[in-house]
Amino acid sequence: MTTTADGPKEEAKRGFIARSWDFLLELWGVLRRPSSVFALGTLVLAGFVAGVIFWGGFNTALELTNTEKFCTGCHEMKDNVYAELRSTIHFSNRSGVRATCPDCHVPHNWTDKIARKMQASKEVWGKIFGTIDTREKFLDHRLELAAHEWARFKANDSLECRNCHSADSMDITKQSPRASVAHQRFLFTGEKTCIDCHKGIAHKLPDMRSVPGWQ
Amino acid sequence: MMKRFGIAMLALAIAAGTGALTAQTLNSPLRGVSPLNEEGPAAPMTPMRNTAEKEPRNYPEQPPVIPHSIDGYQIDLNGNKCLTCHARARTAESQAPMVSITHFMDRDGQFLASVSPRRFFCTECHVPQNVVGPPVSNDFVDIDTLLSRASPGGKR
Repeated sequence: MTTTADGPKEEAKRGFIARSWDFLLELWGVLRRPSSVFALGTLVLAGFVAGVIFWGGFNTALELTNTEKFCTGCHEMKDNVYAELRSTIHFSNRSGVRATCPDCHVPHNWTDKIARKMQASKEVWGKIFGTIDTREKFLDHRLELAAHEWARFKANDSLECRNCHSADSMDITKQSPRASVAHQRFLFTGEKTCIDCHKGIAHKLPDMRSVPGWQ
Repeated sequence: MMKRFGIAMLALAIAAGTGALTAQTLNSPLRGVSPLNEEGPAAPMTPMRNTAEKEPRNYPEQPPVIPHSIDGYQIDLNGNKCLTCHARARTAESQAPMVSITHFMDRDGQFLASVSPRRFFCTECHVPQNVVGPPVSNDFVDIDTLLSRASPGGKR
């Protein structure tokens, strides 16, 4: 508590940090005392309702940023990567089931999703400062951007692929002889993961000269 | 009188001629039955042959056809999907046939360390096959058959 004896002149002399500290102490004093005005039931109920609103709002906002419409809201995504996706099998195919941006680029598991969302805040920085705001800049950064995604898929054993494509449910007798042999030799033995062979299936490839296995 | 008759006959002939022209269709296996001055409906797309088995070459210089599907394979300045299996260093893992050694040669006959830039774009010569009967029949026979025909029972 600030002493009033020093007067307003003394008060003004005190630094911002000292005044903030005093405010925090006062706030703590209020918070740790039991309420003398509101009934316990009111407080519990109010806390519950506020919790529902906060949590619901948080999740709604989170899911809103997890849609293709949000992703392609920027021309960087719409004109480059989304335009390329449209011609691939993950966009248009015989059964009409398609993958949207977050299906492959955001983990479905909640904890991993939050971690990825925090990581993605750097992309907001990139948007503000126009890191890839022209086609030329995008092409210059293409290898770096692709390398990030490959590293992530490699690290989590192609988790986002496996959200839809399960090795257990793969009927290799229905696959072409080539695919069936490759999957038995490399996928089922765990020697390789999806991204090792299936690069550039949803977007065009960057300059691959430095990538192992390519030339 | 004769002149008028002549004009009438001419008009009739022209009408008949144009009628015959417009009605003329060419029943070709490639075009279908659509009239010559119209573009018919596009033929339905057929599935690609997708096996791992080699097809024989019809003559020694023929670029081998691709026996598998190559949908979505990127071959451009940035990379070559074919070479991730068919490059020399990749064939042990992939068990795919290696790119022919002739492809390492530049136009002066010098051998390079890897595939020559002029041989980089595989699909210029090598093409996948569709599962469909040939639209135009032909009586091509390969050289072995031809030679054995020339001297029946004789040595080639």
